[in-house]
Amino acid sequence: MGAAIDAGTAGAAHNDTDAAPSRRPARSFAWLGLAPFFGFAILFLIGPTLYLVAGAFQDRNGAFTFDNILGLFTPQIMAAYAISIQVSLASAALGALIGFFLAHAIVHGRLPAWIRPTVVTFSGVASNFAGIPLAFAFLATLGRLGLVTLFLKEAAGVNIYALGFNLLSFWGLTITYLYFQIPLMVLIVTPALDGLKGEWREAASVLGATRWQYWRMVALPVLAPSILGCFLLLFANSFGAIATAYALTGSSLNIVPILLYAQIRGDVLYNPNLGYALAFGMIVITGCSNLLYLWLRSRAERWQR
Amino acid sequence: MKASRTGPAVIVLLGALYFVLPLVATFEFSLSMLRSIWSFEAYRVVFADPQFRTTFSFSVIAALATIVLGALLVVPTAYWVRLRFAKLRPLVEFITLLPLVIPPIVLVFGYIRLYNSSSWLPFTNSAGGTNLLLVFGYVVLSLPYMFRAVDTGMAAIDIRTLTEAAESLGAKRSTILFRVILPNVRAAVLSGAFLTFAIVIGEFVLASLLNRPAFGPYLALIGANRAYEPAALAMIAFAITWACMGLLQVFASGPPGRPRSGRSLFKLARRAAR
Repeated sequence: MGAAIDAGTAGAAHNDTDAAPSRRPARSFAWLGLAPFFGFAILFLIGPTLYLVAGAFQDRNGAFTFDNILGLFTPQIMAAYAISIQVSLASAALGALIGFFLAHAIVHGRLPAWIRPTVVTFSGVASNFAGIPLAFAFLATLGRLGLVTLFLKEAAGVNIYALGFNLLSFWGLTITYLYFQIPLMVLIVTPALDGLKGEWREAASVLGATRWQYWRMVALPVLAPSILGCFLLLFANSFGAIATAYALTGSSLNIVPILLYAQIRGDVLYNPNLGYALAFGMIVITGCSNLLYLWLRSRAERWQR
Repeated sequence: MKASRTGPAVIVLLGALYFVLPLVATFEFSLSMLRSIWSFEAYRVVFADPQFRTTFSFSVIAALATIVLGALLVVPTAYWVRLRFAKLRPLVEFITLLPLVIPPIVLVFGYIRLYNSSSWLPFTNSAGGTNLLLVFGYVVLSLPYMFRAVDTGMAAIDIRTLTEAAESLGAKRSTILFRVILPNVRAAVLSGAFLTFAIVIGEFVLASLLNRPAFGPYLALIGANRAYEPAALAMIAFAITWACMGLLQVFASGPPGRPRSGRSLFKLARRAAR
């Protein structure tokens, strides 16, 4: 904190001289104003990450090795990655699909005017309502004694748990994740839907296009980068999530973040460097989907001007 | 090609059902601690729990420290980048977005290995050092929101003219920052602050792995051992999130920031304590 202020005054000393163009060489101190930020980023963001990445390629004695990365390809760890990717894919795909229809309904559905701001505001809240409280809410809803579970049993005679449903499972986790995935999709895709110009629909209509043809040949090609980009963002979003899953399932559902959590706590893999490789794998997966997202977003923005 | 209104209405209704049902269920569950009557007993038990009070105040203080530290880091940086280092802006922006790419659990894993008691910077040696490390970690988690909010706020005011005017009146750089620039981006800082508060208050992974007595690990503990209190805590957490987002909207839509700044923040608003 002190460093930030010091650097600010260091910049001030510089800028006084800047008023006199003849003493320009003093410019070399201006970078000090950014030193706190870069220092902080290196110490608490980039450094720790690079340390893990480097550790993923080292053995216990610090020598270079690929053994840790190869060590990821064991049934236990591969199963963890598989279930993590499946949950993320399912919740991202369903979240993107449902969120898209919801956003389309509030933007182009000609519903009462108060609907849209209400849905958008609630989405802002729900996309932030995650972590452990979200798990509690779904236990109270779809747990063994949840309101909906009991209601279905008593009113409709359907025991969803007897039918094989379990909140502490793949589908349970996916349904829970949708609570923050759908609102996030609504928030991101609404501006893209606003960008669909009414003229395009009218032009298509004048040329004799059916509704399906308009969607297939005009709207979806324009929206495709946005939708795909949102999907990738949602994917990365749920892939790194842990608190909800931890509170919901304990360790009964072995997703990667929970395995990593156990590894950090107690070295359950009996190899610290394998833990680094596990973390490295997570960075690679979320990094790839975020990079793809950024690339698709830059393509999507062409249509939103 | 005439669109009917029934389809959208059904979709919004189904969506509302999915989103409201868990809230109703949680509220109903939180009221049923005493047999056969509805009562606020679970809330009373929660509020009477000394552990609730200590962990909650710990997290509130951590959140406030994060906001102050984050603002002190981000406001001068965003200002200086806009004024002198426009070329570095993409790099700075990229760095502030990195916390969305690197999962929090990976970040804290790095902290534990890099700053353990045998390292060159042994943060985790003492409780105070670990608290500091926790707050630094929260500042990192809040960087994307804080930087975006402040940077958008700075775009809305003419910092160059303000700076030159203050300089010609003889103001020092620190005076310019704290008495000219900061008041002008106050709304932006506040909207970043509310989002930060919502993220930090229930955060679990960092606090748990750094062994700090924060609200997140307390929630996990209660969730594993009690039946009705978790529902009450979930309602409390939802109310806090709602309050933060409400205040965010109030400040984000007020002058002098652009009205859209709040929206774009909402877009980023995520990754809370997951």
